[in-house]
Amino acid sequence: MIVQDIVEKLGLKVCSGANGLNREIEGGYTSDLLSDVMGNADENHVWVTLQTHKNIMAIASLKELAAIVLVKGYEPEADAAEQSNEEGIPILSSEEEAFELTGKLYEIINQAK
Amino acid sequence: MEFKFEIEGGNFSKAGSASSEVKKILKQLNVNPKIIKRTVVSLYEAEVNVVAHAFEGNMNVDIDTDKIVVKIEDRGPGIPDIDQAMQEGYSTATPQVREMGFGAGMGLPNIKRNSDKMNITSKVDVGTELEIINYFG
Repeated sequence: MIVQDIVEKLGLKVCSGANGLNREIEGGYTSDLLSDVMGNADENHVWVTLQTHKNIMAIASLKELAAIVLVKGYEPEADAAEQSNEEGIPILSSEEEAFELTGKLYEIINQAK
Repeated sequence: MEFKFEIEGGNFSKAGSASSEVKKILKQLNVNPKIIKRTVVSLYEAEVNVVAHAFEGNMNVDIDTDKIVVKIEDRGPGIPDIDQAMQEGYSTATPQVREMGFGAGMGLPNIKRNSDKMNITSKVDVGTELEIINYFG
């Protein structure tokens, strides 16, 4: 399963990092606490959060996450989007809240396994 | 091999850049990916601590054939009670820093979990020195 698959299945908006839509997804993590994500998310995970500032990209890059999905229609700040384009790690956006979105992602990712 | 990186207090837009450089170096040296991951988590947390709490700091990296030794020194408020600071959930971060998703009191515990050795010394109103050692074998 790649990032493009969840974009299509969940109707997500691609805010930035479209050059990374072919990144492999192996799981996910949902949290708004950066240290929690740093300590517990893993490589090739998709990260669901409401944080939109540049530090989410530092985390995504250091942890080699597959993509970030922002909830409730949030958009990344300009410098976050810029780094997302540079690194090819997509930032996506969903109109849904974290609970609903995480549930759907969990189902889709597990079906693909 | 020795490397030195500066860390700017208060500048969150650069937080993680020193850790990112170290990660690149460790990858080039073909260090075991699991050890790179652990090291990156502990260095990032240490770097963010300097950004969130201190005025300025340095990350001094010494890479040997069998280990990486990183010293992070800062000029800042220091930590009055290290045992308390080591407790999961304890934080003195400002509300602004917490709103960004930092300051959850998970930084030092994350460092401890992701390093083989961790030494921390601090002087109030002077600064904090943190040493992280990870073995490659």
